[in-house]
Amino acid sequence: MITSQFQYHKASSIEDAIQKLQNEEDAKLLAGGHSLLPMMKLRFAEPPYLIDINDIPELQGIDLQGDTIRIGAMTTENELIASEILQQHCPLLVEAAKLVADPQVRNRGTIGGDIVHGDPGNDHPAVMLALDANFIIQGPDGKREQPANGFFLGTYWNEIAEDEILVAIEVKAQKDNQGFGYHKLKRKTGDYAVAGSPVMLTLDGDKCSDIRIGLTNVAPMAIRATEAENLLKGQEIDSALIEKAAEQVIAACEPAEDLRGSSEYKSHMAAEMVRRSIQDALQRARS
Amino acid sequence: MAKHHISFNLNGKPVEALVEPRELLVHTIRENIQLTGTHIGCETSHCGVCTVDLNGKSVKSCTVLAVQADGGDVLTVEGLATAEGLHAVQQAFVEEHGLQCGFCTPAMLVRAYRFLQDNPDPSEDEIRWGMSGNLCRCTGYQNIIKAVQSAAKKLQQA
Repeated sequence: MITSQFQYHKASSIEDAIQKLQNEEDAKLLAGGHSLLPMMKLRFAEPPYLIDINDIPELQGIDLQGDTIRIGAMTTENELIASEILQQHCPLLVEAAKLVADPQVRNRGTIGGDIVHGDPGNDHPAVMLALDANFIIQGPDGKREQPANGFFLGTYWNEIAEDEILVAIEVKAQKDNQGFGYHKLKRKTGDYAVAGSPVMLTLDGDKCSDIRIGLTNVAPMAIRATEAENLLKGQEIDSALIEKAAEQVIAACEPAEDLRGSSEYKSHMAAEMVRRSIQDALQRARS
Repeated sequence: MAKHHISFNLNGKPVEALVEPRELLVHTIRENIQLTGTHIGCETSHCGVCTVDLNGKSVKSCTVLAVQADGGDVLTVEGLATAEGLHAVQQAFVEEHGLQCGFCTPAMLVRAYRFLQDNPDPSEDEIRWGMSGNLCRCTGYQNIIKAVQSAAKKLQQA
Protein backbone atom coordinates (compact mmCIF):
# COMPACT_ATOMS: atom_id res chain seq x y z
CA MET A 1 0.00 0.00 0.00
CA ILE A 2 1.27 3.40 -0.96
CA THR A 3 0.14 6.78 0.30
CA SER A 4 -0.94 9.67 -1.89
CA GLN A 5 1.86 11.96 -2.97
CA PHE A 6 3.09 14.54 -0.49
CA GLN A 7 5.99 16.87 0.06
CA TYR A 8 8.32 16.10 2.94
CA HIS A 9 10.14 18.56 5.16
CA LYS A 10 12.37 17.64 8.08
CA ALA A 11 11.90 20.45 10.60
CA SER A 12 15.04 21.72 12.33
CA SER A 13 13.28 23.56 15.16
CA ILE A 14 9.83 24.11 16.67
CA GLU A 15 9.71 27.55 15.02
CA ASP A 16 10.55 26.04 11.64
CA ALA A 17 7.73 23.49 12.04
CA ILE A 18 5.21 26.18 13.07
CA GLN A 19 6.19 28.32 10.09
CA LYS A 20 5.56 25.39 7.74
CA LEU A 21 2.21 24.70 9.44
CA GLN A 22 1.26 28.31 8.70
CA ASN A 23 2.55 28.46 5.14
CA GLU A 24 1.72 25.03 3.73
CA GLU A 25 -1.93 24.28 3.21
CA ASP A 26 -3.27 21.22 5.06
CA ALA A 27 0.20 20.29 6.30
CA LYS A 28 0.39 17.61 8.99
CA LEU A 29 3.04 16.95 11.61
CA LEU A 30 4.76 13.57 11.37
CA ALA A 31 5.61 12.31 14.87
CA GLY A 32 6.07 8.54 15.30
CA GLY A 33 3.84 8.04 12.28
CA HIS A 34 2.28 4.82 13.51
CA SER A 35 -1.24 6.18 13.32
CA LEU A 36 -0.77 8.72 10.53
CA LEU A 37 1.14 6.59 7.99
CA PRO A 38 -1.30 3.63 8.14
CA MET A 39 -4.18 6.10 7.72
CA MET A 40 -2.39 7.63 4.73
CA LYS A 41 -1.78 4.21 3.19
CA LEU A 42 -5.47 3.40 3.51
CA ARG A 43 -6.16 6.87 2.03
CA PHE A 44 -8.23 7.90 5.04
CA ALA A 45 -5.82 10.83 5.22
CA GLU A 46 -4.13 12.53 2.26
CA PRO A 47 -2.11 15.45 3.59
CA PRO A 48 -0.17 17.14 0.77
CA TYR A 49 2.68 18.14 3.07
CA LEU A 50 4.35 16.34 5.98
CA ILE A 51 6.52 18.10 8.55
CA ASP A 52 8.79 15.56 10.24
CA ILE A 53 9.42 16.63 13.86
CA ASN A 54 11.58 13.63 14.82
CA ASP A 55 14.86 15.53 14.88
CA ILE A 56 13.95 18.53 17.03
CA PRO A 57 16.00 18.35 20.26
CA GLU A 58 13.63 20.60 22.28
CA LEU A 59 10.87 18.01 21.88
CA GLN A 60 12.92 15.26 23.54
CA GLY A 61 13.84 14.33 27.08
CA ILE A 62 12.38 13.81 30.54
CA ASP A 63 13.36 16.16 33.43
CA LEU A 64 12.37 16.50 37.06
CA GLN A 65 12.33 20.03 38.46
CA GLY A 66 11.02 20.33 41.99
CA ASP A 67 7.89 18.18 41.98
CA THR A 68 7.15 18.71 38.28
CA ILE A 69 8.14 16.22 35.60
CA ARG A 70 8.50 17.64 32.10
CA ILE A 71 8.23 15.15 29.26
CA GLY A 72 9.15 16.21 25.74
CA ALA A 73 6.27 15.52 23.36
CA MET A 74 8.44 13.38 21.05
CA THR A 75 9.47 11.00 23.84
CA THR A 76 8.80 7.47 22.60
CA GLU A 77 6.80 4.86 24.50
CA ASN A 78 9.95 2.81 25.11
CA GLU A 79 11.74 5.89 26.45
CA LEU A 80 8.86 6.39 28.91
CA ILE A 81 9.20 2.76 30.03
CA ALA A 82 12.98 3.05 30.46
CA SER A 83 12.91 6.38 32.32
CA GLU A 84 14.12 6.11 35.93
CA ILE A 85 12.49 9.46 36.72
CA LEU A 86 9.10 8.13 35.64
CA GLN A 87 9.59 4.70 37.25
CA GLN A 88 10.22 6.47 40.53
CA HIS A 89 7.92 9.47 40.35
CA CYS A 90 5.17 8.64 37.87
CA PRO A 91 4.79 4.84 37.61
CA LEU A 92 1.29 5.13 36.12
CA LEU A 93 2.78 6.50 32.92
CA VAL A 94 5.30 3.64 32.74
CA GLU A 95 2.66 0.94 33.26
CA ALA A 96 0.38 2.56 30.68
CA ALA A 97 3.19 2.77 28.09
CA LYS A 98 3.98 -0.94 28.55
CA LEU A 99 0.51 -1.82 27.28
CA VAL A 100 0.66 0.40 24.19
CA ALA A 101 0.96 -1.57 20.94
CA ASP A 102 4.11 -3.74 20.67
CA PRO A 103 7.90 -3.34 21.09
CA GLN A 104 8.60 -2.11 17.55
CA VAL A 105 5.75 0.37 17.58
CA ARG A 106 6.85 1.62 21.01
CA ASN A 107 10.23 2.48 19.49
CA ARG A 108 8.58 4.97 17.13
CA GLY A 109 5.29 5.95 18.72
CA THR A 110 5.45 9.06 20.90
CA ILE A 111 3.47 10.29 23.87
CA GLY A 112 2.74 13.60 22.12
CA GLY A 113 1.51 11.92 18.96
CA ASP A 114 -0.71 9.61 20.98
CA ILE A 115 -2.23 12.55 22.87
CA VAL A 116 -2.86 14.87 19.92
CA HIS A 117 -3.89 12.31 17.29
CA GLY A 118 -7.42 12.24 18.67
CA ASP A 119 -8.35 8.58 18.33
CA PRO A 120 -10.47 7.60 21.37
CA GLY A 121 -8.60 4.26 21.37
CA ASN A 122 -5.29 5.92 22.17
CA ASP A 123 -4.17 5.24 25.73
CA HIS A 124 -2.39 8.39 26.88
CA PRO A 125 -5.33 10.83 26.82
CA ALA A 126 -7.16 9.10 29.68
CA VAL A 127 -3.85 8.73 31.54
CA MET A 128 -3.30 12.49 31.15
CA LEU A 129 -6.76 13.13 32.64
CA ALA A 130 -6.01 10.85 35.60
CA LEU A 131 -2.65 12.56 36.15
CA ASP A 132 -4.17 16.06 35.83
CA ALA A 133 -1.42 16.81 33.31
CA ASN A 134 -0.63 20.19 31.87
CA PHE A 135 0.27 20.59 28.18
CA ILE A 136 2.78 23.14 26.91
CA ILE A 137 1.62 24.18 23.45
CA GLN A 138 3.51 26.48 21.13
CA GLY A 139 2.11 28.51 18.26
CA PRO A 140 3.09 31.55 16.17
CA ASP A 141 2.53 33.84 19.18
CA GLY A 142 4.56 31.79 21.63
CA LYS A 143 3.82 29.22 24.28
CA ARG A 144 0.67 28.64 26.28
CA GLU A 145 -0.37 26.20 28.98
CA GLN A 146 -3.36 23.98 28.49
CA PRO A 147 -4.72 21.57 31.12
CA ALA A 148 -5.40 18.03 29.87
CA ASN A 149 -8.79 18.47 31.48
CA GLY A 150 -10.69 20.25 28.70
CA PHE A 151 -8.25 19.37 25.90
CA PHE A 152 -10.09 16.36 24.50
CA LEU A 153 -13.21 17.62 22.73
CA GLY A 154 -14.18 14.74 20.46
CA THR A 155 -12.87 12.21 17.96
CA TYR A 156 -9.91 13.84 16.12
CA TRP A 157 -10.90 17.09 17.83
CA ASN A 158 -8.73 18.72 20.50
CA GLU A 159 -8.20 22.17 22.00
CA ILE A 160 -5.24 22.93 19.71
CA ALA A 161 -5.06 25.15 16.64
CA GLU A 162 -3.88 24.07 13.17
CA ASP A 163 -0.63 26.01 13.57
CA GLU A 164 0.17 24.89 17.12
CA ILE A 165 2.44 22.10 18.34
CA LEU A 166 2.31 20.17 21.60
CA VAL A 167 5.84 20.75 22.93
CA ALA A 168 5.82 19.09 26.34
CA ILE A 169 3.69 17.43 28.97
CA GLU A 170 4.00 18.35 32.64
CA VAL A 171 2.85 16.05 35.42
CA LYS A 172 3.29 16.23 39.18
CA ALA A 173 5.54 13.67 40.89
CA GLN A 174 3.47 11.12 42.78
CA LYS A 175 3.33 11.70 46.55
CA ASP A 176 3.62 9.09 49.33
CA ASN A 177 -0.10 9.22 50.11
CA GLN A 178 -1.02 8.66 46.46
CA GLY A 179 -1.48 5.42 44.56
CA PHE A 180 -2.26 4.55 40.95
CA GLY A 181 -4.07 1.77 39.18
CA TYR A 182 -4.07 0.88 35.49
CA HIS A 183 -6.06 -1.80 33.75
CA LYS A 184 -6.64 -2.20 30.04
CA LEU A 185 -8.61 -5.00 28.45
CA LYS A 186 -7.48 -5.86 24.95
CA ARG A 187 -8.06 -8.83 22.70
CA LYS A 188 -4.43 -9.24 21.76
CA THR A 189 -1.06 -7.48 21.69
CA GLY A 190 -1.22 -4.40 19.52
CA ASP A 191 -4.99 -3.99 19.70
CA TYR A 192 -6.74 -0.93 21.01
CA ALA A 193 -8.47 -1.24 24.37
CA VAL A 194 -11.93 -2.76 24.61
CA ALA A 195 -11.90 -0.51 27.66
CA GLY A 196 -9.17 0.89 29.86
CA SER A 197 -8.96 2.84 33.07
CA PRO A 198 -6.12 4.75 34.69
CA VAL A 199 -6.86 5.84 38.26
CA MET A 200 -4.96 8.21 40.54
CA LEU A 201 -6.01 8.22 44.20
CA THR A 202 -4.94 10.37 47.16
CA LEU A 203 -5.52 9.26 50.74
CA ASP A 204 -5.90 11.47 53.80
CA GLY A 205 -5.67 8.96 56.64
CA ASP A 206 -8.25 6.30 55.68
CA LYS A 207 -10.31 8.66 53.57
CA CYS A 208 -9.96 9.28 49.85
CA SER A 209 -9.26 12.99 49.61
CA ASP A 210 -9.00 12.99 45.82
CA ILE A 211 -9.48 10.52 42.98
CA ARG A 212 -9.29 10.89 39.22
CA ILE A 213 -10.69 8.13 37.03
CA GLY A 214 -9.87 8.17 33.32
CA LEU A 215 -11.66 6.04 30.73
CA THR A 216 -10.22 4.88 27.40
CA ASN A 217 -12.21 3.98 24.27
CA VAL A 218 -15.72 4.11 25.72
CA ALA A 219 -16.75 7.54 24.37
CA PRO A 220 -15.92 9.73 21.32
CA MET A 221 -12.82 10.83 23.28
CA ALA A 222 -11.05 10.05 26.54
CA ILE A 223 -13.25 11.04 29.46
CA ARG A 224 -13.27 11.13 33.26
CA ALA A 225 -15.86 9.29 35.30
CA THR A 226 -16.66 12.42 37.33
CA GLU A 227 -19.87 11.12 38.96
CA ALA A 228 -17.97 8.08 40.19
CA GLU A 229 -15.14 10.32 41.43
CA ASN A 230 -17.63 12.49 43.37
CA LEU A 231 -19.10 9.41 45.05
CA LEU A 232 -15.68 8.33 46.31
CA LYS A 233 -14.16 11.67 47.31
CA GLY A 234 -14.11 12.30 51.06
CA GLN A 235 -15.15 8.72 51.78
CA GLU A 236 -13.50 5.68 53.23
CA ILE A 237 -13.57 3.42 50.20
CA ASP A 238 -14.96 -0.09 50.67
CA SER A 239 -16.25 -2.65 48.20
CA ALA A 240 -19.87 -1.46 48.50
CA LEU A 241 -18.80 2.05 47.53
CA ILE A 242 -16.69 0.73 44.64
CA GLU A 243 -19.81 -1.07 43.38
CA LYS A 244 -21.79 2.18 43.44
CA ALA A 245 -18.95 3.94 41.61
CA ALA A 246 -18.90 1.15 39.02
CA GLU A 247 -22.60 1.80 38.31
CA GLN A 248 -21.78 5.46 37.69
CA VAL A 249 -18.98 4.43 35.31
CA ILE A 250 -21.41 2.33 33.27
CA ALA A 251 -23.76 5.32 33.07
CA ALA A 252 -20.90 7.57 31.91
CA CYS A 253 -19.84 5.29 29.02
CA GLU A 254 -21.15 5.69 25.49
CA PRO A 255 -18.95 3.34 23.47
CA ALA A 256 -19.50 2.59 19.79
CA GLU A 257 -20.37 -1.00 19.01
CA ASP A 258 -17.72 -2.71 16.88
CA LEU A 259 -15.79 -5.99 16.58
CA ARG A 260 -14.52 -5.54 20.15
CA GLY A 261 -18.04 -5.90 21.47
CA SER A 262 -21.44 -4.37 22.03
CA SER A 263 -21.93 -1.06 23.74
CA GLU A 264 -23.26 -2.81 26.86
CA TYR A 265 -20.32 -5.22 27.04
CA LYS A 266 -17.76 -2.44 26.70
CA SER A 267 -19.45 -0.35 29.39
CA HIS A 268 -19.41 -3.29 31.79
CA MET A 269 -15.76 -4.00 30.98
CA ALA A 270 -14.93 -0.33 31.63
CA ALA A 271 -16.57 -0.68 35.05
CA GLU A 272 -14.49 -3.79 35.75
CA MET A 273 -11.28 -2.01 34.74
CA VAL A 274 -12.22 0.82 37.12
CA ARG A 275 -12.95 -1.62 39.99
CA ARG A 276 -9.54 -3.25 39.59
CA SER A 277 -7.70 0.06 39.16
CA ILE A 278 -9.31 1.51 42.32
CA GLN A 279 -8.36 -1.60 44.32
CA ASP A 280 -4.75 -1.37 43.10
CA ALA A 281 -4.61 2.38 43.71
CA LEU A 282 -5.94 1.98 47.25
CA GLN A 283 -3.44 -0.74 48.07
CA ARG A 284 -0.54 1.28 46.68
CA ALA A 285 -1.58 4.50 48.43
CA ARG A 286 -1.74 2.64 51.75
CA SER A 287 1.67 0.97 51.45
CA MET B 1 6.95 15.46 -6.58
CA ALA B 2 10.59 16.25 -5.91
CA LYS B 3 12.66 13.18 -5.18
CA HIS B 4 15.06 13.04 -2.26
CA HIS B 5 18.57 11.71 -2.51
CA ILE B 6 19.23 9.56 0.55
CA SER B 7 22.19 7.54 1.75
CA PHE B 8 22.44 5.17 4.67
CA ASN B 9 24.41 2.16 5.86
CA LEU B 10 22.73 -1.13 5.04
CA ASN B 11 24.27 -4.15 6.75
CA GLY B 12 27.47 -2.17 7.17
CA LYS B 13 27.75 -1.02 3.55
CA PRO B 14 26.89 2.47 2.29
CA VAL B 15 23.93 2.60 -0.10
CA GLU B 16 22.25 5.44 -1.94
CA ALA B 17 18.80 5.86 -3.39
CA LEU B 18 16.61 8.46 -5.06
CA VAL B 19 13.20 8.25 -3.42
CA GLU B 20 9.82 9.91 -3.48
CA PRO B 21 8.78 11.10 0.00
CA ARG B 22 6.01 8.49 0.05
CA GLU B 23 8.37 5.58 -0.57
CA LEU B 24 8.48 3.31 2.47
CA LEU B 25 11.77 2.00 3.82
CA VAL B 26 10.69 -1.59 3.13
CA HIS B 27 10.10 -0.75 -0.54
CA THR B 28 13.54 0.84 -0.88
CA ILE B 29 15.16 -2.21 0.68
CA ARG B 30 13.22 -4.77 -1.36
CA GLU B 31 12.71 -3.10 -4.73
CA ASN B 32 15.47 -0.55 -5.07
CA ILE B 33 18.32 -2.35 -3.31
CA GLN B 34 16.78 -5.76 -4.03
CA LEU B 35 17.35 -7.37 -0.66
CA THR B 36 14.15 -9.39 -0.36
CA GLY B 37 14.71 -11.03 3.01
CA THR B 38 12.64 -8.31 4.64
CA HIS B 39 9.01 -9.20 3.92
CA ILE B 40 5.76 -7.28 3.54
CA GLY B 41 2.72 -8.63 5.35
CA CYS B 42 -0.12 -6.51 6.66
CA GLU B 43 1.43 -3.16 5.62
CA THR B 44 -0.32 -1.46 8.53
CA SER B 45 2.29 -2.01 11.28
CA HIS B 46 0.58 -4.96 12.98
CA CYS B 47 2.28 -8.15 11.80
CA GLY B 48 5.98 -7.27 12.15
CA VAL B 49 7.32 -9.26 9.15
CA CYS B 50 8.94 -6.07 7.83
CA THR B 51 10.98 -5.61 11.03
CA VAL B 52 14.49 -4.26 10.54
CA ASP B 53 16.99 -2.61 12.83
CA LEU B 54 17.18 1.20 12.39
CA ASN B 55 19.89 2.95 14.40
CA GLY B 56 20.01 0.08 16.89
CA LYS B 57 16.26 -0.21 17.40
CA SER B 58 13.72 -2.63 15.97
CA VAL B 59 11.23 -0.86 13.73
CA LYS B 60 8.54 -1.87 11.26
CA SER B 61 9.97 -0.76 7.93
CA CYS B 62 6.50 -0.53 6.35
CA THR B 63 5.77 2.37 8.69
CA VAL B 64 9.00 4.34 8.30
CA LEU B 65 9.55 6.55 5.27
CA ALA B 66 12.73 5.86 3.34
CA VAL B 67 13.68 9.54 3.73
CA GLN B 68 13.63 9.00 7.49
CA ALA B 69 16.43 6.45 7.20
CA ASP B 70 18.72 9.03 5.56
CA GLY B 71 22.06 9.05 7.36
CA GLY B 72 21.09 6.05 9.47
CA ASP B 73 22.21 2.48 10.07
CA VAL B 74 19.93 -0.29 8.86
CA LEU B 75 20.32 -4.00 9.53
CA THR B 76 18.26 -6.65 7.73
CA VAL B 77 18.34 -10.44 7.95
CA GLU B 78 20.96 -10.48 5.17
CA GLY B 79 23.35 -8.75 7.57
CA LEU B 80 23.24 -11.39 10.31
CA ALA B 81 25.37 -14.20 8.88
CA THR B 82 29.12 -13.73 8.36
CA ALA B 83 31.78 -15.53 6.32
CA GLU B 84 32.20 -17.83 9.33
CA GLY B 85 28.60 -18.98 9.05
CA LEU B 86 25.16 -18.36 10.50
CA HIS B 87 24.61 -15.99 13.38
CA ALA B 88 23.88 -17.71 16.72
CA VAL B 89 20.24 -16.58 16.47
CA GLN B 90 19.89 -18.18 13.02
CA GLN B 91 21.59 -21.39 14.14
CA ALA B 92 19.24 -21.59 17.13
CA PHE B 93 16.16 -21.26 14.88
CA VAL B 94 17.49 -24.15 12.76
CA GLU B 95 18.20 -26.37 15.75
CA GLU B 96 14.99 -25.64 17.63
CA HIS B 97 12.74 -25.77 14.53
CA GLY B 98 11.82 -22.14 15.10
CA LEU B 99 10.08 -21.89 11.74
CA GLN B 100 7.37 -23.60 9.75
CA CYS B 101 6.45 -21.81 6.50
CA GLY B 102 9.28 -19.33 7.05
CA PHE B 103 7.49 -16.17 6.03
CA CYS B 104 7.83 -14.46 9.41
CA THR B 105 11.32 -15.85 10.03
CA PRO B 106 13.59 -13.05 8.73
CA ALA B 107 11.81 -10.54 10.94
CA MET B 108 11.79 -12.95 13.89
CA LEU B 109 15.57 -13.29 13.48
CA VAL B 110 16.24 -9.56 13.25
CA ARG B 111 13.94 -8.86 16.19
CA ALA B 112 15.47 -11.69 18.28
CA TYR B 113 18.95 -10.36 17.48
CA ARG B 114 18.09 -6.86 18.75
CA PHE B 115 16.10 -8.17 21.73
CA LEU B 116 19.08 -10.24 22.90
CA GLN B 117 21.42 -7.29 22.44
CA ASP B 118 19.15 -5.27 24.76
CA ASN B 119 18.44 -8.12 27.17
CA PRO B 120 21.12 -10.86 26.97
CA ASP B 121 19.67 -13.04 29.74
CA PRO B 122 15.87 -12.85 29.41
CA SER B 123 13.21 -14.88 31.23
CA GLU B 124 10.58 -16.68 29.15
CA ASP B 125 8.05 -13.97 29.99
CA GLU B 126 10.46 -11.28 28.84
CA ILE B 127 11.02 -13.14 25.56
CA ARG B 128 7.28 -13.40 24.96
CA TRP B 129 6.87 -9.70 25.70
CA GLY B 130 9.92 -8.73 23.63
CA MET B 131 8.84 -10.78 20.61
CA SER B 132 5.18 -9.74 20.81
CA GLY B 133 5.39 -7.39 17.83
CA ASN B 134 6.00 -10.31 15.45
CA LEU B 135 3.17 -12.58 14.33
CA CYS B 136 3.61 -16.16 13.12
CA ARG B 137 0.56 -17.25 11.13
CA CYS B 138 1.63 -20.91 11.47
CA THR B 139 1.31 -20.21 15.23
CA GLY B 140 4.70 -21.80 15.78
CA TYR B 141 5.47 -19.60 18.75
CA GLN B 142 6.60 -22.31 21.17
CA ASN B 143 9.66 -23.23 19.14
CA ILE B 144 10.41 -19.60 18.35
CA ILE B 145 10.57 -18.92 22.10
CA LYS B 146 12.79 -21.99 22.55
CA ALA B 147 15.06 -20.78 19.75
CA VAL B 148 15.46 -17.37 21.38
CA GLN B 149 16.24 -19.04 24.71
CA SER B 150 18.80 -21.27 23.01
CA ALA B 151 20.35 -18.31 21.17
CA ALA B 152 20.62 -16.39 24.45
CA LYS B 153 22.64 -19.24 25.95
CA LYS B 154 24.89 -19.51 22.89
CA LEU B 155 25.56 -15.78 22.83
CA GLN B 156 26.36 -15.70 26.54
CA GLN B 157 28.90 -18.52 26.11
CA ALA B 158 30.52 -16.83 23.13
